Amino acid sequence: MHDSQLTTVEHEAHNPALLHHFADAQQQKNAASLGMWLFLVTEIMFFGGMFCAYLMYRLAHFNAFAAGSQQLSIKLGAFNTAVLLVSSLTVVLAVKAAEAGDRKQLVTYLVLTVALGLTFLVVKGFEYAEKFERHHVPGPTFSFTDTFDDGVHKIPVNPNEAQLYFSLYFAMTGMHALHMIIGCGLFTVLAVFAWRGHYSPSYFTPIENAGLYWHLVDIIWIYLFPLLYLISRHR
Amino acid sequence: MNMTENAEHGTHSRRFYVAIGMTLLALTATTVFAAFVNLGPFNPVVAFLIATIKATLVVLFFMHVKGASEKLTGAVVVSGFFFLAILISLSLADYLTRSWR
Repeated sequence: MHDSQLTTVEHEAHNPALLHHFADAQQQKNAASLGMWLFLVTEIMFFGGMFCAYLMYRLAHFNAFAAGSQQLSIKLGAFNTAVLLVSSLTVVLAVKAAEAGDRKQLVTYLVLTVALGLTFLVVKGFEYAEKFERHHVPGPTFSFTDTFDDGVHKIPVNPNEAQLYFSLYFAMTGMHALHMIIGCGLFTVLAVFAWRGHYSPSYFTPIENAGLYWHLVDIIWIYLFPLLYLISRHR
Repeated sequence: MNMTENAEHGTHSRRFYVAIGMTLLALTATTVFAAFVNLGPFNPVVAFLIATIKATLVVLFFMHVKGASEKLTGAVVVSGFFFLAILISLSLADYLTRSWR
């Protein structure tokens, strides 16, 4: 870009989305993604606190955590992991479509992402319903009579320790699900805006940043799945 | 112009993204399979390693940190995970060494 283009008038003719306090579109994009990443770092620390609490209690009450984990459905957990990973793929393809200026493809990928996100939430809803039916939800009605099967013996576990596992299960998956709900809302709005033609190859920062958010939520689930579902499954 | 812009953002071809997505799905199948094999104390280690490989793939390629024109982004990402590592390792150093009481 030549210096002569840095005048206000030519700027507006060149790219209406470029704000005046940025030298060029590239700098504006870099600033936006850096700001988004700073927010994502606070999210890492927010979930990190829960991961840390989970680790400490798992080390202290391993048998109860394994017994609790063995009550979860690996099939549903693995299915949901796959759904989230595919949704991350559709997000990255949406960003690519936005970059290419393909409006129809962009809207398609955004709608697909929302559909996959809702699929995840529906499956999660069925999992939660099963927990309510079996009184595995922490609270006054909590009851846990299952044992920890270590392959040789069936070891009885303290229900209070199992309740600790399910408290962390609901706190972590619940907070993750809340992020998914927010993400689905975000992408619905973006799909409408994209349909109306708000984005162009020179300006699609909201798509990129919402994508970064969605990928981080995906990464959190990548860790939640083995930590919550896959404790001591070999018998 | 379009080509250089693509290089600056670190975006790749659609086929490349699909390949990364397939790798992530394969790693998910691997982690489920590994959970049913008795590796003794290494079961959680393997699960954690596979999760970290998956997370790294997402950060580098889906989140375009690899090849990002703004190098500061990489520093922010690393610092986020670095402080998380401090939180977890120092907490572990405390709770794992309390058995002498």
